Amino acid sequence: MTAAPRYTFLGRDVSPITARRLANFRANKRGFWSLWIFLAMFLVSLFAEVVANDDPIMVWYQGDLYTPIFHDYPETAFGGFFPTKTDYSDPFVERRIAQNGFMIRALIPYDHRTVDWQLTDPAPTPPSAEHWLGTDDQARDVVARVIYGFRISVLFGLAMTALTTIIGVSAGAVQGYFGGWTDLIFQRVMEVFGTLPMLMVLIILASVVEPNFWWLLGVMVLFGWPWPVGYVRAEFLRARNFDFVKAAKALGVSDSMVMFRHILPNAMVATLTFLPFTLAGSITTLTALDFIGFGLPPGSASLGDLLAQGKANLQAPWLGLTGFFVLAVMLSLLFFIGEAVRDAFDPRKLFQNEPTPAEPGVGPASSVAASRAQGGGA
Amino acid sequence: MSVAERPLLQVRDLAKTFDVSPPLLNRVLQGQPQAFVQAIDNVGFDIPRGTTFSLVGESGSGKSTVARVVVGLYRPTRGSVTFDGTDLASIRGRRQMAPLRRRWAMIFQDPYASLNPRWRVRTIIAEPIRVHGLAAGAAAIRRRVGELLELVGLSAADGEKFPHEFSGGQRQRISIARALASEPEFLVCDEPTSALDVSVQAQILNLMKRLQRELGLTYLFISHDLAVVYHISDYVGVMYLGRLVEWAPAHALFTRPQHPYTRMLLEAIPDLEMSGRARTPVGGEVPSPIQPPDGCHFHPRCPFADGDRCQREVPATLDIAGGGQVRCHAVAERRMPPADTHTRGG
Repeated sequence: MTAAPRYTFLGRDVSPITARRLANFRANKRGFWSLWIFLAMFLVSLFAEVVANDDPIMVWYQGDLYTPIFHDYPETAFGGFFPTKTDYSDPFVERRIAQNGFMIRALIPYDHRTVDWQLTDPAPTPPSAEHWLGTDDQARDVVARVIYGFRISVLFGLAMTALTTIIGVSAGAVQGYFGGWTDLIFQRVMEVFGTLPMLMVLIILASVVEPNFWWLLGVMVLFGWPWPVGYVRAEFLRARNFDFVKAAKALGVSDSMVMFRHILPNAMVATLTFLPFTLAGSITTLTALDFIGFGLPPGSASLGDLLAQGKANLQAPWLGLTGFFVLAVMLSLLFFIGEAVRDAFDPRKLFQNEPTPAEPGVGPASSVAASRAQGGGA
Repeated sequence: MSVAERPLLQVRDLAKTFDVSPPLLNRVLQGQPQAFVQAIDNVGFDIPRGTTFSLVGESGSGKSTVARVVVGLYRPTRGSVTFDGTDLASIRGRRQMAPLRRRWAMIFQDPYASLNPRWRVRTIIAEPIRVHGLAAGAAAIRRRVGELLELVGLSAADGEKFPHEFSGGQRQRISIARALASEPEFLVCDEPTSALDVSVQAQILNLMKRLQRELGLTYLFISHDLAVVYHISDYVGVMYLGRLVEWAPAHALFTRPQHPYTRMLLEAIPDLEMSGRARTPVGGEVPSPIQPPDGCHFHPRCPFADGDRCQREVPATLDIAGGGQVRCHAVAERRMPPADTHTRGG
């Protein structure tokens, strides 16, 4: 017999089915490019402190190197009078540095909290060369707020997706694997839990504590974790009676090993398919909470806050339009990626145009075997 | 009894009941009764070391349940399974079980379902080695997997492939290689050939016989195919609705069947020699195991039922001359016609 063809992805060996799924994902050009555009935007926003910051990236002053992004320097370091943190947009400081060296400012010399005191018009000001998308009603640069807001939205979405997936998949796995009373009690608890109104709890909480990123994440994970339970539970209920699972049990493999090494990889397809949509949903939820004022603390950059400002300042349409377009582009990209992932895992599309990957020399029986293996795997 | 004479596996008075009751709410509101299936009831047999004991019976007779109780997938409701002198019921916890678990393995019916479709063959076969810690280091495991693949007639290079790249017979060889990976003495084979073509069945059976000779294995073989059973067995047990109605050395059972059910099964075998013998199909349906008939379970279908004692009294086990046991009132009361005239009749 000939050696099996090998497929690799990111330097790792993958199974032929995984290789076919990756190829299918790549074949969906819209989803594939959406992924790259989204990753590029996310990468830029991850380095928001370098892209949009009122502190310069580096200062060369009297033969010394300063890195204001990482350290705060008092104004006295640059020949000023105050021992407080330097304001690099102060004309006096700018002149001192220009005379004794130079500084490299960020592309957008404002961060999301910087108030531009040098505005000549009342805030919010329309887009200009200085502020590409104008300023908001507190004279803060909209581009900077969008970059920071994008980052916190995506990070929040990723954290929430990761946590809810881990908790939900584990819960579904335990329910489906053990079944019986465990399953019954767990299901009832979840049903009761599902009837609690999240918004009400958040409003009550907001009156007791000031919600910050972690509080909000905690509460939303608390209410958001059950989404994969149904899929994973159903897959485990099906898979726990598979012969290969029984074979592993008869061998004396522990329950947790059977669950996570044998069944879970077979049960993750539905969950993986939904991941991009969950990410989009998490971002939307955070934005909605920010919009109605129960989200991130006041002053933090967030897209919902931008939308709320747009609503409050209809005479400044750049606020609302910016918020709308950023959200629309981000969510569209995520949905395109989600569609591509869904198609990549779709067993009907998996082998649409090509015969099943059969091994020469095994004979026609292998195609039956391959199709059964797909059915079992997908 | 010395160790050499002691049977490797002793099953005594084994019973397993499954609760198939409707949900509690239906029971309380609609007054539905609790329901139990007596999957196996009072089953007992010995398997001497190095021999093959086969269990035959129709679907639902409980033969697979016996196999699963023996390997520990189910806990028995009653009775004992003694493996090489150790009562398995006395074992508490996985840690105590581990050294024993290594000494038996199971082969499943469906070679398409019993191998994880996402794993490479080498990972599948290496699993018992890893679980029981039988080889240290990736190189040693790889070498052992290659040996096992060659032992079952595949090549070591096949370990890189996935199960779906193999035919049914080849996959069953992989199952056997996995079962042998822990170097067991005892293999439980749950209908290992019934999903295969007839020509492939013969290859797998010959492989199993060769392995038994070379490695001194003991088999518990579950099948409904009497031709296969005759080919491979030293002892044969016949099950009906959870009870072992007869067991005997294979040759004796096939030439001098005692129990009426055994005779019915043997008459239903297709006759390749075309001797013109009228083949009598097994008549009637298997009764529901939830409400089995009283007395001898077989009496509604039995041509020798006396209409009285058979319907009331569960037959006791009776030793057969020449080895084996049978549970039948007709045999006990010597009402049965001689076996050979019966089976060769017509």
